[in-house]
Amino acid sequence: MKQNDLILQTVTKVAAFVILLFAVAIFLGGHYSPGGGFVGGLMTSAAIVLLLLAYDIKTVTKILPIDYKLMIGSGLFISSLTVAGGLVFGVPLMTHVYRYIDLPILGHISLHTAVLFDLGVYLVVVGVTMTIIQTIGESE
Amino acid sequence: MSLLHWAVLSPFLLAIIVPFLYKLFRQIHTGWFVLILPVLLFTYFSRFISLTKQGEVITERATWIPSLGIHVDFYLDGLGLLFALLITGIGSLVILYSIFYLSKVKEKLNQFYVFLLLFMGAMLGVVLSDNLIVLYSFWEFTSLSSFLLIGYWNERERSRYGAQKSLLITVFGGLSLLGGIILLSIMGNTFSIRELISQSGELMDHPLFTPALLLVLLGAFTKSAQFPFHIWLPDAMEAPTPVSAYLHSATMVKAGIYLVARLSPVFAESGVWFWCVSIAGLITLFWGSFSAVKQTDLKGILAFSTISQLGLIMSLLGLGAAALHYDTLGENIYLAATVAAVFHLINHATFKGSLFMVAGIIDHETGTRDIRKLGGLMQLMPITFTVAVIGAFSMAGLPPFNGFLSKEMFLASMVNVLELDIFNMETWGVLFPVLAWVASVFTFIYSMIVVLKPFTGKLQLHLLEKKPHEAPIGMLISPIILATLVIVFGIFPNLLSSSIIKPAVASIQPNLVDSNFQVHIAFWHGFSPELWMTIGIIVIGIILYKTFPKWKRIYQWLPERFSLNALYDNGLNALERSASSVMKFLMTGSIRTYLLSIFLFFILSLGFALYWKDAFKLDTGNFAPIGLYEMVLAAIIVIGSISILFAKSRLTSIILLGAVGYTVSLFFVLFRAPDLALTQLVIETISVALFLLCFFHLPLLASRKEERMTFRLNNALISIGVGTIVTLIALSAHSNKLFDSISSYYLENAYKEAGGKNVVNVILVDFRGLDTMFEISVLSIAALGIFAMIKLRLTGRKDKS
Repeated sequence: MKQNDLILQTVTKVAAFVILLFAVAIFLGGHYSPGGGFVGGLMTSAAIVLLLLAYDIKTVTKILPIDYKLMIGSGLFISSLTVAGGLVFGVPLMTHVYRYIDLPILGHISLHTAVLFDLGVYLVVVGVTMTIIQTIGESE
Repeated sequence: MSLLHWAVLSPFLLAIIVPFLYKLFRQIHTGWFVLILPVLLFTYFSRFISLTKQGEVITERATWIPSLGIHVDFYLDGLGLLFALLITGIGSLVILYSIFYLSKVKEKLNQFYVFLLLFMGAMLGVVLSDNLIVLYSFWEFTSLSSFLLIGYWNERERSRYGAQKSLLITVFGGLSLLGGIILLSIMGNTFSIRELISQSGELMDHPLFTPALLLVLLGAFTKSAQFPFHIWLPDAMEAPTPVSAYLHSATMVKAGIYLVARLSPVFAESGVWFWCVSIAGLITLFWGSFSAVKQTDLKGILAFSTISQLGLIMSLLGLGAAALHYDTLGENIYLAATVAAVFHLINHATFKGSLFMVAGIIDHETGTRDIRKLGGLMQLMPITFTVAVIGAFSMAGLPPFNGFLSKEMFLASMVNVLELDIFNMETWGVLFPVLAWVASVFTFIYSMIVVLKPFTGKLQLHLLEKKPHEAPIGMLISPIILATLVIVFGIFPNLLSSSIIKPAVASIQPNLVDSNFQVHIAFWHGFSPELWMTIGIIVIGIILYKTFPKWKRIYQWLPERFSLNALYDNGLNALERSASSVMKFLMTGSIRTYLLSIFLFFILSLGFALYWKDAFKLDTGNFAPIGLYEMVLAAIIVIGSISILFAKSRLTSIILLGAVGYTVSLFFVLFRAPDLALTQLVIETISVALFLLCFFHLPLLASRKEERMTFRLNNALISIGVGTIVTLIALSAHSNKLFDSISSYYLENAYKEAGGKNVVNVILVDFRGLDTMFEISVLSIAALGIFAMIKLRLTGRKDKS
């Protein structure tokens, strides 16, 4: 049976980007509004899964030629570096540092080392979800 | 961090760089880069000789875990220095030798030198640490690097077997050593060896003293291959010969001896120590030399000979403990046993090292180490032969080599035992010299076999894989240096006596050695009993060597299946079999069975706890009013869950399950937990999509006729049970408020301490960030596990062994 995915595919083309943008937004806003690395990562994976459903694995790997296993590794690496970073400055592990600064256009914002840690979490979550889905999806 | 710390750390640091050196300079043998380090370290350590000679010690501290009282304290005294010099000195020679032994084209040199450097660093750490926990960490590191080195040719089945055997036995001993260390720290309230020594008098009467002593000895005996744990050492000979020369003869196996020597001041006053150490040593000495004679592999002979010599040193250390009970004697004859132990330790490293290298040369140049095939190499390899003669005659205890001197001292100590009147020695003491003498006869025989079988007799070229010729000069340098030392120490023994031996003895017997104490080693003592014993050894030894074929059959008296090796193999097999049968029983592969047992356990344990502790409590006062929304959502959840049971296809049930999940997330919206709601929503989306994807890509499953779920009473009972228990616990948890909730703390401090307004996220990345760190690690492992299971199954692995 030939399936007709036209509607799904057309919607996906727009929706996937909206979801991805939203994911980035809630990831960055995590410290002040609902969100954070974990949800952001899941949201990103959801967007990719949507792509996978609308198209197929081959097409998606062509669009996003990412090795998700490497993504897991780099995420863990970033997080553990952030955790260990405190040692370099002679403070306990995981010490959280933040500053408020004023930038043109963006205005009054804060910079946290926690965001770096969260970036690691984000990468790991995307990597883990997509590794599992891809592996199961690819297997015969 | 002092220079001493850097010295111990330097092999580890170099080990990091070695793979890059290997990659960058493929045309230069990696060994040349590595060789520099032990030579530098040897010069560095030899500078301390003049300090320790005057009885000074060097201590350096670096903090590691100060809250537990664990510091990386390095402590350099006579004993530590002696070992440090052995490790770096023999290490340099072995690396030089390995450069010519291991081909730079065929071998994985990067791995080899990384392992070797790890070992060197670990060994230096063992002999210099004052803190027992630090010592233990390095100790296990030596086991690990020894494992890697034995299994270096990991494509060979025997190598893997030997590596596993050595790891199992030495790590078993290591664990018991850890137990001993913990007991010691409980008794003395410190991990520092020096502090333990200073309170050794009080420790003696502690009830934990004997258990600690036995555990520590177990660790030392397994490491130093004492009977009955010696069985790993012959199998460790699968390692490349430089490794055998280094680890399994000169250094690592002496770690156990080091430990016994180092902790002697703590334990030696006890009779248990005296008996255990000296008896274990004597039995090992005898059994090792007795078994060595029957070996046909050149390295096998040397392995058993090492076992036997280690036993000799161990028994001397045991006897030395007797000196503590005679401290009023001016000329303490039992202290001589300790002197002999230290002296023999040095001698053994020199002659055994050179013999191992000779065995390696023979193997390298002829392609075999089987003494039945070898013969007549004397004309072809004159230099190697000379080295072998020096090494073997020293091992046999012949003058004028250093082995003669320490052997004489050993025999003298054994004879002196007859005068002991403590620990019931009057009755059993006579066994000591007898056993020692018999073992020495066998030592003489195998020493002759090592040198005479390969080098004299008829050359059988057709049995050899290669046409033999003299080894390249590079390979000969190290054994020649060692053989020269054998002669030099033999003729001028007093080169060592005040500079090295006396400070080392002073560390083993700190209370007995004062400034008046002098070590004097002489060739000629007149016609003393030990000289007659040596003459007897030579005469009987020659006779037995000549008649060896006639009495060879005594080795068949003990059948193979009663040997310790058979015990080890059968034990290991039985362990594997029982483990696999337990696995087969528990892991049926059916998820339904797993879930059944998990839930059953859940119901029983929690239900019992609720009943037993009378924990159920219902406090309705605190309940929030139930509104219309909640009613509707709950109804949807109930209807959704129940209709899953009646769904006709899997697809329907998955969609229904998703619906239930979404409704739960609406609850979070109602209770104003946007973070949770968001997460729950996305997770539901992804898991439903995952299921759909699975089905899409697994056409087999989807097209197979799906079984209709049938009603089963067991399953129904279990699911109702789980529901009830969870409900009861949820209600009780709400009603029992034993502590103030921690949430108020988080609410107050989220902005103050972490500068965030979203408390949930602040908890995740800041307050409980370490949890998150480990959670993402677990997630990663799970993902990689799934990947590995699915992908590796597809490629299909075949065992080549």
